[in-house]
Amino acid sequence: MDRFRCLMKIKKTFLWPAAVLLFLALPLVIDSNYLISVLIVIGLYTIIVQGLGILMGYAGQVSFGHGGFFGLGGYAVAIMTTRYGWHPVLALLAAIILPGLIAAIIGRPTLKLRELYLAMGTMGFGILIHTMFNEAGELTGGPSGIAGIPYLTIGGLTFDNDIKFFYLIWAVVLLVLFGINNLIRSRVGRALRAISESEHAAETAGIDTGKLKLKAFIFSALLAGLAGGLYAFYVTFVSPAPFGFNTSVQFVLMAVVGGLGTFLGPLLGAALVVLLGELLRWAIPLVIPGAGGEYEIIFFGLILVVLMIYRPEGLGAFGKISKSPMEKTPAASDVGLPESG
Amino acid sequence: MLLEVQGLTKHFGGVAAVRDVGFKVIEGTIFALIGPNGAGKTTVFNLITGMLQPDGGSINFLGKRIDGLKPYQIAAAGITRTFQNLQLFSGMTVLENVMTGAHLKGKTGFVKSILRRPGINAEDKQIIEQSMALLGEVGLDSSADLPAAALPFGRQRLLEIARALASGPRLVLLDEPAAGLNSTETKTLARFLKKLRENGLTMVLVEHDMETVMEVADRILVLNFGRGIAEGTPAEVQADPEVIRAYLGEDEQIA
Amino acid sequence: MSDQLLQLLFSGLTLGSIYSLIALALVTTFNITGVLNLALGEFAAIGALLAISLYATGMPLIAAFILSIVLVAIMGGVLERAAIYPARRASGLTLIIITIGLSISLRGLALLIWGTDTYSLPAFSKGGPFFIGGAALNPQSIWILGLAVLTLSLLYAFFELTYAGRAVKAAVINRTAARLVGINPSTVSFWAFVGSGALGAAAGIFIAPVTMTTYDMGFMLGIKGFVAAVIGGLSNVGGAVLGGLLLGVLESYSAGLISSGLKDALAIIILLAVLLLRPQGILGVLGERKI
Repeated sequence: MDRFRCLMKIKKTFLWPAAVLLFLALPLVIDSNYLISVLIVIGLYTIIVQGLGILMGYAGQVSFGHGGFFGLGGYAVAIMTTRYGWHPVLALLAAIILPGLIAAIIGRPTLKLRELYLAMGTMGFGILIHTMFNEAGELTGGPSGIAGIPYLTIGGLTFDNDIKFFYLIWAVVLLVLFGINNLIRSRVGRALRAISESEHAAETAGIDTGKLKLKAFIFSALLAGLAGGLYAFYVTFVSPAPFGFNTSVQFVLMAVVGGLGTFLGPLLGAALVVLLGELLRWAIPLVIPGAGGEYEIIFFGLILVVLMIYRPEGLGAFGKISKSPMEKTPAASDVGLPESG
Repeated sequence: MLLEVQGLTKHFGGVAAVRDVGFKVIEGTIFALIGPNGAGKTTVFNLITGMLQPDGGSINFLGKRIDGLKPYQIAAAGITRTFQNLQLFSGMTVLENVMTGAHLKGKTGFVKSILRRPGINAEDKQIIEQSMALLGEVGLDSSADLPAAALPFGRQRLLEIARALASGPRLVLLDEPAAGLNSTETKTLARFLKKLRENGLTMVLVEHDMETVMEVADRILVLNFGRGIAEGTPAEVQADPEVIRAYLGEDEQIA
Repeated sequence: MSDQLLQLLFSGLTLGSIYSLIALALVTTFNITGVLNLALGEFAAIGALLAISLYATGMPLIAAFILSIVLVAIMGGVLERAAIYPARRASGLTLIIITIGLSISLRGLALLIWGTDTYSLPAFSKGGPFFIGGAALNPQSIWILGLAVLTLSLLYAFFELTYAGRAVKAAVINRTAARLVGINPSTVSFWAFVGSGALGAAAGIFIAPVTMTTYDMGFMLGIKGFVAAVIGGLSNVGGAVLGGLLLGVLESYSAGLISSGLKDALAIIILLAVLLLRPQGILGVLGERKI
């Protein structure tokens, strides 16, 4: 029995590193630029959705503006490298810091309000940013965007092909996963989970919930900016189109699909939604002649609706006892109403 | 004087839920708030802990005014509470609940948490030890790794008390800690509260179970329709004719 | 110069009336059901596109309107039963995500059916504009203003003068009491969606002759309806109507006097400003729930 347990433990200890190594070996086996690029996109979205997952699944808030933060990161890199000749690494730093600053500014007042207002406030912000990308022609290049972004060079290493980018992006994903794993198992992680379980109880335990929600919001914006910056270096071109409201909704969908409040849910959600999108892009023209991939949004919307109704805890939350942070808590009855006792 | 409440008033719409309530709590004692349903007891708790803002009056704790502060600031000042309808972090384990209760004892911030090496650092280790000791006192140490929601109801109440104690408060507000407990559990609870008092903890209690109140409370304030109608030792309060009237409800002289 | 200002005022009020109607539907549904239906703009877009397609089949204009309004009302009811009713116990956040999901799906559906083309509908009545103080007022603008006034009067009459209306109002104020007098909140919720479907469709159809009708026009319409509602304090019907008119006029002046590219951004800037600085609304009173 003991030996069996020991074996299980060994299996558990080695299972993840083995899986990671196997995954990292994929580009050596796969001889398809298409598949590699799909994996890169999954990685980029994972970075964003991991941050959004902290905000939604732990701090219990929602953002419909992360497409905007993603875009800010992308445009920061594009503008700083092409217009001002910044070193790519510096531009990437700007891509991280700028969304964080803006999140701090809009998050402070909005997070004090009811959840509904944060949803609408972030949505408004996302649309405004998107409009700015389109309208501020001199700075952003208008609807046609900015081309000619240089490749990212760190030290002597230039990331100029898909395989290099695959390793870069997934190294960042692993770092993000490592950090988030630390975070959710820490004092701060417990406090975040406490907010999503009962905000009143969290406050009376001495947790400054407003400040912590703001930090989670800023953190998620930083990650979205990082992904946006990396995206810009990858495609060497930015335009307003991929940073719109639908993108924000897609990020929320990814967070929800994978399971809110779970460690690997965002990774799972990003992978499932990207793969489904690719599948639909292939399948829709077969069913509807002449149609393109733009109709995938119909399915994304429907999946979101069905999930929220029947499985708000997501697909990744098997065996999770915790109630979803999206469920109604009875907390309201404790405050505000004349007492019952 | 540990806690001093003066002229506390709170309206909901046009209705005064709490009217001109005042009382003092001496360090190391158990003070009980009793009264019929709707008398304003939980509202008083919500006002003291900052979950509601009073419309009038003042609350002093350790000589400092605390009304107007945010709940987390009041917790940091040394007041914690339990809830009448339990507010456990039900998806977290029993141990994690108590560790979260000890939030104020830790210092690790957001960035530091992210960069931490895997495993448990010194601060967490210390908090785990203290939390386990606290769980041992309420007899929940063997359930430490269970999800809080998996505990039977009576034990969930105990867990909430343990969580409220975890930050090392000076004053704990207990909102109907005996509600839903059977008679054995209630007796264990009474014994535990007395033991806490022996260790120097001050408590304010809202409770319907008169036997428990009379047994553990040093002083009692009786509320009726949001107003204090009598205050004294258990014996004095029991003999007060107005209290008897309020409880029997034989006439409603208050408009 | 003053002619231009008056002209801009007219077009602002016309546009504002449409925002008011959307805001009205949004706020009434929100008050009754607690659901902020962010798919309302899509109801307007689909209403307008349906009417245009029906009219193109040779149907008389008036028949196309009515049929389109009925169809969108049915769609509203069906969506309520399919997506809102099963989640009625979920949190407000879940319900917002659901209505956003519905709105992007409906938009995708409209794209599938109508493509990216721009459609238009003939004006309801022929004849040139009226001139008031040197500014031209389109007959269609009068139709739109008329619809706004008519809708407001009908809503007022329903909630103040009919038994059912007063009962719904009671249900908003006190859900338990409503149950006691035999009002089923789920029935009320159903009819609120049917009603907002009809109202949304009507707003879309009335504005179709003076705007470019495309599959995605509902997106900004819905947002502007929401902005109008927020200006009015989100739960205040009178505030929503005034908020809509205010937004329309502000947009019209900023587009006419500053830059037309600013038009859509202005609504969002107002939204963010109100949310950040005065979340209880500019015109509303905090915590007030009125019908």
